[in-house]
Amino acid sequence: MTATSAVIARDHPNDPLLRSDRFPHILCPGCGIGTVIHCYVEAMAASGVPLDNHVCVSGIGCSGRAAGYVNVDSYHTAHGRAIPFALGIAIHKPELRVTVISGDGDLTAIGGNHFIHAARRNMNLTVVCINNFNYGMTGGQAGPTSPRGSITSTAPKGVHDRPFNLPDLARAAGASFVARWTILHVRQLRDAILRGLQKPGFSFIEALSPCPTNFGRANDLGDGMAEMEVYRQRCRIVQELPGFDELDIDFVDEERPIAVGNFVDIDRHPYQPVGADAFDNVPNGTQRVHHPVGEE
Amino acid sequence: MATIRTNRQPMDMERAHIPQGEVHVIPERCKECGFCVGYCPEQVLAFSQEINAKGYHYPVLAEHKEDACVHCGFCNLICPELAIFTVEIARQGGSGSAGSQE
Amino acid sequence: MSDAPQREQRVLSGTHFMLGDHACAEGALAGGVDYFGGYPITPSTEIAERLARRLPAVGGKYVQMEDELGSIMSILGASAAGARSLTATSGPGFSLMMESIGLAAMMELPCVIVDVQRASPSTGLPTMVGQSDILQARWGSHGDYGMAAFSPASPQECFDLTVHALNVADQYRIPVFLMMDEVVAHMTERVVIPPADEVPLVHRKRPDHKPGAQRHLPYAVGEDGVPAMAHAGEGYKVHMTGLTHDERGYPALTPATHNALVNRLVDKVRHNAQHIMRYDEFELDDAETVVIAFGCTSRSARQAVRQARQRGAKCGLLRLVSVWPFPEQRIRELLQRGTVRRFVVPEVNLGQLRREVERLTQLPVQRINHAGGAMPTPADILEVLL
Repeated sequence: MTATSAVIARDHPNDPLLRSDRFPHILCPGCGIGTVIHCYVEAMAASGVPLDNHVCVSGIGCSGRAAGYVNVDSYHTAHGRAIPFALGIAIHKPELRVTVISGDGDLTAIGGNHFIHAARRNMNLTVVCINNFNYGMTGGQAGPTSPRGSITSTAPKGVHDRPFNLPDLARAAGASFVARWTILHVRQLRDAILRGLQKPGFSFIEALSPCPTNFGRANDLGDGMAEMEVYRQRCRIVQELPGFDELDIDFVDEERPIAVGNFVDIDRHPYQPVGADAFDNVPNGTQRVHHPVGEE
Repeated sequence: MATIRTNRQPMDMERAHIPQGEVHVIPERCKECGFCVGYCPEQVLAFSQEINAKGYHYPVLAEHKEDACVHCGFCNLICPELAIFTVEIARQGGSGSAGSQE
Repeated sequence: MSDAPQREQRVLSGTHFMLGDHACAEGALAGGVDYFGGYPITPSTEIAERLARRLPAVGGKYVQMEDELGSIMSILGASAAGARSLTATSGPGFSLMMESIGLAAMMELPCVIVDVQRASPSTGLPTMVGQSDILQARWGSHGDYGMAAFSPASPQECFDLTVHALNVADQYRIPVFLMMDEVVAHMTERVVIPPADEVPLVHRKRPDHKPGAQRHLPYAVGEDGVPAMAHAGEGYKVHMTGLTHDERGYPALTPATHNALVNRLVDKVRHNAQHIMRYDEFELDDAETVVIAFGCTSRSARQAVRQARQRGAKCGLLRLVSVWPFPEQRIRELLQRGTVRRFVVPEVNLGQLRREVERLTQLPVQRINHAGGAMPTPADILEVLL
């Protein structure tokens, strides 16, 4: 034997940020969801927001398990409904910084309506979408982000539908911060989540992640490392939000770059619930709307 | 074509400090995804001969790389299992400056 | 919910001539609602409209959501963060909420869902009465779970039962339904709102230890089967999931854990049914015919019983104020008396509650039904009673 052992440890320095009693987690070898969780907890610790004021909400699916591993108030909710649940928390307790971590199918297929409306409102939420291009938990079915032509268990001859282009969708719906990174770009990913946590309004971070067990295997992408190599070779960092087609992801066309970067970072008025000053409250039972001058 | 020669070098060259890291591994968490081994910028890591309880080969120090870790932290952050991290230690031998690496 | 002047503003003490929907909204305010998330739908819209003005003025939050899927989830999120929360809808929106009602039951997040019933199925008759969501309220979400449903028969009860529903939801950490109907919702009557300090308020049980002092187990229970609730942002680091879970809130995917958990969710209501349940009785003492009715239909039934008595028919009314829990025990007592010869169940559906009565007796159960849009009149019921 030529190699020497590293120091054997029992705990990780970030364990206090995690529910480490649940490790190892349920996710497959080569899956990137654990990396995103890691980036999130580091961003959380660096955010300057007290840990007790962080809340993590997930939907259903592999990525939906994220909430179960972070050592803050965390809610593993219903499929597609993480965002409105998070919204209820964020509005009732505006001092909390609520992060949604969930998958592409959860957030943008079954939960697509909530996604665009939370962005429209510029709700104070950080939404991290782990995009692994398919429904992993249920065995690799086609989802809203499966690239055209990719093989899935419900599209054995290739996905027929056009996929969503998530950064473009988030920007169009009104998000203040929009980024896309892969789990190979760990520092950038962590920093993008950190930016999201510190920025008022709706932040959207798409994290491309391998799903070797289902998507990778069906599409001859190999294991997690092999899909990481695709990211290493083909990702191009851009500063501005690229055109619609340039944001497309295509695993078949080897010449085609994958655009990553912090695409949008603008200041827009974040969501404020209707305040007490909006209305008179006449305690005799008749309420009168307070009209701004000139509107009546 | 004339060549311009300069003797410039960074003014803080003497002060530049390349840290030395010590790699720590939690073998039982590892699932052998290979991210740390594959993307360590100094190629410090290799897979173990032994397997852990789940049957995976976990990261160990590669041959002749025992002192090569620069504590960049990439293996730590990219590990989906939180099974590896590095700790900065006093550099073994040498001044620890960039110059000494030449 | 905190200071006295705000409490005064919340509770419009006095005598009012008030719409049922507005009385429900006032009940929500008096009952301490902090958060309303909703989506407009006839005939519940006036509740949202009233709260859109009144709730922000007293420090609460009103959010108009993108759909009912979002409405219910946003009130669950607010509830997890400590809010008393409520939404209002009608049949089509109620159907959309069903999945998340199961989540509320499983995570044990207190919430109140007002369903102003209209003629269904589907879009049906949006502006006209129905009572056909009453079994959906009981069984609508997949699986077994504890819940409660109240059905007001007047604007006054819209107020009273909204307060009660909020209290029951908090006390037992269950979803509670206020099953209104279009007739009661759009009826204007006298509503007496008591002084603020006379509105009964029961709050959810809270952890008896400080955050960090010891490990908080979000689903550890004592004898009453109801866990103490820690809220988001308090430092207890709770985890909640819709998966089958253990005391820590962690997924525990075994049949034994599941069996124990679901039984507890059901038993919370089963064992406390006597405290949650409400009904009232009219002329039942020597009744040979027992009319069982709820909501708007109980008004016709009361009138019919009164008229039938004048003509010598021995009949009485058991009015269900809580439809769920269903007063099984009371009906069994009536049967043991030996005087009852038959039951009559008028309702604006094709016999949903009749089944529940039939389950308890061999005696004839006569139905008086209308599919929706109109309710049985006193004359319709009187005809059967005589």
